[in-house]
Amino acid sequence: MHNLNMTAGSLITGFLLLAIITGIFYTPYDPEAMDASARFAGISLAHPMGCDNFGRDILSRILEGSRTTLAVALCTVAIGTVCGVLLGAFTGYYGGWLDEILMRINDALFAFPSLLLALTLIGLLGPGRSNMTAALGISFIPSFARIVRSEFLKNSKLDYVRSARLQGAGNLRIMFVHILPNTLPVLMSAVMIGFNNAVLAEAGMSYLGIGVQPPEPSLGRMLSEAQSYLFTAPGYALFPGLFIILMVLGFGLLGEGIAEKGGRHG
Amino acid sequence: MKYTVKKLITMAVTLFVVSFLVYGAFSLMAGDPATSMLGTQATPEKVEALREELGLNDPLAVQYFRWAAAFLKGDMGTSYSYQMPVSRMVGDKIPVTLTLTLLAFLMVAGTAIPLGIYTARHQGGPADRFICMLNQAVMAVPPFFSGILITLVFGRILRLFTPGGYISYKEDVGGFIGYMIFPALAVALPKAAMAAKLLRSSVLSEVRRDYVRTAYSRGGSSRQVFYRHILKNALIPVITFLGMALADMVAGSIIIEQVFSIPGLGRILLTSIANRDYPVVEAVIVCIAFIVILINLIVDIIYQWVDPRISAEV
Repeated sequence: MHNLNMTAGSLITGFLLLAIITGIFYTPYDPEAMDASARFAGISLAHPMGCDNFGRDILSRILEGSRTTLAVALCTVAIGTVCGVLLGAFTGYYGGWLDEILMRINDALFAFPSLLLALTLIGLLGPGRSNMTAALGISFIPSFARIVRSEFLKNSKLDYVRSARLQGAGNLRIMFVHILPNTLPVLMSAVMIGFNNAVLAEAGMSYLGIGVQPPEPSLGRMLSEAQSYLFTAPGYALFPGLFIILMVLGFGLLGEGIAEKGGRHG
Repeated sequence: MKYTVKKLITMAVTLFVVSFLVYGAFSLMAGDPATSMLGTQATPEKVEALREELGLNDPLAVQYFRWAAAFLKGDMGTSYSYQMPVSRMVGDKIPVTLTLTLLAFLMVAGTAIPLGIYTARHQGGPADRFICMLNQAVMAVPPFFSGILITLVFGRILRLFTPGGYISYKEDVGGFIGYMIFPALAVALPKAAMAAKLLRSSVLSEVRRDYVRTAYSRGGSSRQVFYRHILKNALIPVITFLGMALADMVAGSIIIEQVFSIPGLGRILLTSIANRDYPVVEAVIVCIAFIVILINLIVDIIYQWVDPRISAEV
């Protein structure tokens, strides 16, 4: 069967990445330049998505805002994945009392919605872009650690690990050269779901005003600013929202495509 | 029975771990409350006297147990910014957030189960394909964006409710529920789509099992086999998901409360984060954690009731 999820996911994500990369080098207008004569300008050739309450070009702001969202999501998932893989690999491979303690704490944290964990950390660290990234990254560690741990536990008992050990490979080599590549299908699928959650969480936090701070555009902030002008300029809210949906949809489909592919090959 | 007791102990341990981590983190990171309470009048002698009075010179564990004992009695400390008991600020917000979450949960369970059953029974048909596509799209819409869309469509265009016109449950329960339906819908939509999708795939994987063939060969009709055998087993992962979704929705309603200007736990959490009002932040987080842990316990007990094999494994 053709992997439809994978194709659609790659297409959507590819399109967005292309738009975001273009946005690094070229945006139609300066995303922060205000133009009083263009307040709430409608959709036109000059402003394909119209203008906001300060007369800033919405398309330019969306391009820069999605870049912020994507950058935060990338850092978040990177923190979650690296720490999660290390924790999961050592606890799953070695087991023992450390594993027991860490997994009890992990269980307690797992029962805790990650959004609440992130909010707790922001409550401690204070609002702002880097604090939000750290908070989200840390709140992702438990779920990654759990997934990686169970994969390492399963793999460490398999024959190929035994034969590698007989050939004299060290523990670290077995863990990261032999076992890690075998966990990739599961891990990649988790990374895609993580991306998904990170985009949603970043947008949500910035919407609440505790993430990216003005005037820097972020998709979530744009939505919260647009909410007051919902009736006068619905496009101001609709376009950033649409971009978030496309991002989430793209990563979600890619994740499912990867899971499907991994499942089929065994 | 043994299972329930075991789960109760797990719940108590989780609550202890979570509240200790929250309390410890806030005590270590939040700076000296004595200094911030005294503000501009802080002299080293006054700070030291207040620290002694507040018991801040005791070991962390002693402070934690004092705080936890007071918390259990309903005394959550005093807010820095408003100089009033935290319990008075938080107490009447809990029913608001709980109502929102429960309404959303009813919507999720009420739509996802029939939809999942329908799509699984008509697998591959045009309705199934349409609903699956719709589900995939709905799952990608973040609740706060669907909240904004709901405000636009139902609030501004159809005028079914007044956006921002929250009605307190103390004044008019009917009006309160009437207002809460729309935010609950926003919270429920993505979870309902996920639950329907999960039930569908769960049913489809159960259909191939041997016990289904046995049930048919014993002369069961398609309807009988479906509702008595397949559905019972297929619902188990869905119940797990619904429990997790319920816990998620408690946290998710924090954002939705902001979209619909509802004065619930989320509102107060955000303002106290902005004001660095740590006793309030702490209290709200522990309250939400308590609700989430309680939900997990209830789900575990229901789970055992649906699937008796689980308690046998303990």
